Amino acid sequence: MSERVVGTVQRVNGPVIEARDISDAMMMELIHVGDVGLVGEIIKLSGTNATIQVYESTTGIAPGDPIYGSGMPLSVELGPGLMGQIYDGIQRPLVRLKDRSGAFIERGEEEPALQREKKWPFVPELEAGVQVKGGQILGSVQESERVQHRICVPPLLSGTLKSLAPEGEYTVTDEIAVVEDAEGNEHKLTMMQRWPIRNPRPTAQRMPLTTPLITGQRVIDTLFPLSKGGTVAIPGGFGTGKTMTQHAIAKWCDADIIVYIGCGERGNEMTDVLTEFPELVDPRTGTSLMERTILIANTSNMPVSAREASIYTGVTLAEYYRDQGYHVAIMADSTSRWAEALRELSGRMEEMPAEEGFPAYLPTRVAEFYERAGIMNTLSDREGSVSIIGAVSPPGGDFSEPVTQHTKRFVRCFWALDRQLANARHYPAIGWLDSYSEYINDIIGYWTQQVGEQWAEDRREIMDLLQREVRLQQVVKLVGPDALPDSQRFVIEVCSLFKNGFLQQNAFDDVDRYSTVMKQARMLELILTYWRKGRDAIKQGATIVRLRKMKVVQDLIKMKFNIENDDEASFDKLQARLERSFDRLESLYEE
Amino acid sequence: MKSSDRSLLAGREYVGVDKIDGPLVYVRKTHPVGYQELVEVVDKTGHVRLGQVLDTSEDAVVVQVFEGTTELTMPTTRVRFRGEPLSLEVSEGMLGRVFNGLGVPIDDGPAPVGEEERDVNGLPVNPTARLYPRDFIQTGISVIDGMNTLIRGQKLPIFSGNGLPHNELAAQITRQAKIRGGESNFAVVFAAMGVKHDVARYFIDSFESSGVLENVALFLSLADDPSIERLITPRSALTLAEYLAFDKGMHVLVILTDMANYCESLREISTLRGEIPSRKGYPGYLYSDLAEIYERSGMIEGRSGSITQLPILTMPNDDISHPIPDLTGYITEGQIVFEREMNGRNIYPPVAGLPSLSRLMKDGIGGDMTREDHPHLASQLFAAYSYVKDVRNLASVIGEEELTPLDHKYMEFGEAFERQFVSQAVDEDRTIEETLNLGWEVLRKLPAEELHRVTDEELEKYYEG
Repeated sequence: MSERVVGTVQRVNGPVIEARDISDAMMMELIHVGDVGLVGEIIKLSGTNATIQVYESTTGIAPGDPIYGSGMPLSVELGPGLMGQIYDGIQRPLVRLKDRSGAFIERGEEEPALQREKKWPFVPELEAGVQVKGGQILGSVQESERVQHRICVPPLLSGTLKSLAPEGEYTVTDEIAVVEDAEGNEHKLTMMQRWPIRNPRPTAQRMPLTTPLITGQRVIDTLFPLSKGGTVAIPGGFGTGKTMTQHAIAKWCDADIIVYIGCGERGNEMTDVLTEFPELVDPRTGTSLMERTILIANTSNMPVSAREASIYTGVTLAEYYRDQGYHVAIMADSTSRWAEALRELSGRMEEMPAEEGFPAYLPTRVAEFYERAGIMNTLSDREGSVSIIGAVSPPGGDFSEPVTQHTKRFVRCFWALDRQLANARHYPAIGWLDSYSEYINDIIGYWTQQVGEQWAEDRREIMDLLQREVRLQQVVKLVGPDALPDSQRFVIEVCSLFKNGFLQQNAFDDVDRYSTVMKQARMLELILTYWRKGRDAIKQGATIVRLRKMKVVQDLIKMKFNIENDDEASFDKLQARLERSFDRLESLYEE
Repeated sequence: MKSSDRSLLAGREYVGVDKIDGPLVYVRKTHPVGYQELVEVVDKTGHVRLGQVLDTSEDAVVVQVFEGTTELTMPTTRVRFRGEPLSLEVSEGMLGRVFNGLGVPIDDGPAPVGEEERDVNGLPVNPTARLYPRDFIQTGISVIDGMNTLIRGQKLPIFSGNGLPHNELAAQITRQAKIRGGESNFAVVFAAMGVKHDVARYFIDSFESSGVLENVALFLSLADDPSIERLITPRSALTLAEYLAFDKGMHVLVILTDMANYCESLREISTLRGEIPSRKGYPGYLYSDLAEIYERSGMIEGRSGSITQLPILTMPNDDISHPIPDLTGYITEGQIVFEREMNGRNIYPPVAGLPSLSRLMKDGIGGDMTREDHPHLASQLFAAYSYVKDVRNLASVIGEEELTPLDHKYMEFGEAFERQFVSQAVDEDRTIEETLNLGWEVLRKLPAEELHRVTDEELEKYYEG
């Protein structure tokens, strides 16, 4: 903590402090308040007064307490050692805080985000004397079994590489390179950089979003896919499974790196991640899932202003790995808590509220956050992406509230969680009527290449059936199912099979928790074969009862549990059985 | 000014205040007073009322007085700032005693000897220090054990309504809750916020008759006590609970009733201070404030005790989307929801099957914890009961006779589920095996092909067996 006093406390109102006698403090400067050194940030300057948002409980702070400046905006430390860590909203390492001061978080604690003593094996990739530009890769460090950490030139620096350290072990504060810029100033570089959390990191150019982020969740990948670099909102009332969906994606999606932000949510959920992830094995690399995960935990009982910062901390870490050429997925659970933190702080500052007490700048902030996603050509000329998966917790499950509505304006994919489905314990409870994905046309190419032309047609057909079923269900509600002809009852029957056997996915079943692209496509194809052949059979006089009683139907419902991800042979067998069953059925009617 | 200098000024007394507005007292021109500092307000008879600093600036300090401001006068009221936050002296000796919301004994006994002084606001638990709760608590109530399992260290509220038997259920859980093969080092901390005298009496009698009263500490801030005291009541109770659980290794069950009254008090103070309201006049920080209470539960690495919270809240007008149950549901690990219609049909406990949920259930049931068929059975019961609701809606339109034979079977299942499985006597204590067997028994009303969520082995072993 610096000794540069920049002002004095004048008034304390919860996490908002008004200060007087401000000397040379700058806007958004990181400051410390009082002798305990509470971390805060200057959010308003006016004459010699300032408004400060404090990231810790202000109990005991009194008028007259000094305010110390740090000379820099609220920033994160970037470098080897981030992977597998759990941080609070302002990047304090929670495990090391616990080791130092026990199970409860005391105030005014400071601990560097990156461990200073640990030595990392650095391998240079350039020679001294070459010209370097911002973002260029100097060398690399094997950070975890799975992540190779690329050490880049800070984005805003370019010049001549005067020296570069040889291969060897270095701490994050050891000098590894010297760059001389155009003006002849020498910049000493370490493996650690700082970046202010509220500024997006620069990239060369945005690219089209043509590759899906495969999550292994069938309802998502098949019906409402997300692109790498895309944005999606998951709104849902409490108990509809926002967190479970986020956890499932964090576990099984094919991103290289996961940043999981627990923003104002339950403490035990973070503990759940912390106990579960290290034990789970990534199906693609065979390494522990924790090896690719960074957690930001700012639980609901931790200070509200750090909750506001946690979102930016998370997205900055994600951008840093994107710049190294990785595909990063951010889970933000929940952005509503972040919006509420904005509202609370705005209220304490006595700003004029807009809708439901939220500040008028809410949509701007939401847009700024989601625009930090994208698939980019990085400064080092690699492809990297940040995908944002933001949970929204609308009060009363009512999607017309401001946070859901504003979020909807800035995301292109929407997974609406449905209370009725959740009540029936149909998980993931992503409703097929309110949800949508604007990425579908961009990523059809990928699916065609993976599983063939038929997929796009299959998907369209099943979506069509689901829509028809809704209309038929309305009729059933009025007159009962018996009033419908068999051809229409069969639509309901197939949709019910599709819901039970395909959309519903058990996150706790070892086989079902994750489905590959191949498995999803084959399952869809089988269900549609049942539909097409069954429809024809009905035309020829088969009854719905006969179709329902076919033994193979039970196998279709349970194929998600019984057939492993790469077991194409079993799918072939099931396909053959299904066709034989229909042949037998037809022969009955032809006679 | 250094904080060391400030402690010298603590205890200085100010005579006369500048404004009294409801429970708020405004004092001008004081020495620098800390935010949330403890305040003693002395009225003209010399009686000391406790308060807390809500807003502090160089010009004025706003104090909320927990015991109300009735009969305070502007010139004679004396105010002392204590230089430290509101704290509670905690000790094991507090078990078996009755306190007001601030922790002052009101049972005519001597003040218990404090072992330690704790800030009632507590400190947030480091998420990395938490231990994920997974010990099954058998409450002996089928609909809870079977379908919304309570786990040690969980916070599971009861969403009820006026006139519904939430007190009976809470008392029954307290009497019957046990860990299988369990230890007995338990305690109950009971916090009453704005409830009626006879409700408090009911709980005391129930604790007494089951012989646990000496393991219970009661914090009572009843309906006729100043409403502002309710704001501190749950915090006092949880401060003691934390001490008992994490320092003394006890398994503490905390009952908080009624959280709706707590929220009303919070709104009252917020309105008086002229804060910008969010939904239904409640302050924008209601979520954070409730989280400070509910998150003080769970288990901590290396400590043997636990805090299980059972908050009770009556939903205004039975509306689950009202801000109080809504925000509570976002923080707690599930909810037990009561349904008035079931109560009307004399089903006790009137737990609504579908909206009720226990989030920690998945890790606390199955194989060695309860029985291997438990997860699938619960899922099957939920799915089938959910379909029953659809069938009933259909039957109310087209008439029961028009239903298909299969739907008739579902109607029978629904009836059996509610009458046999959910419904039980106030003193009926079922083991988990009894509960699960009963679940299979009601499922037998349905044909085996309808049971998609259980495995073939389970069907063979329990459905046919």
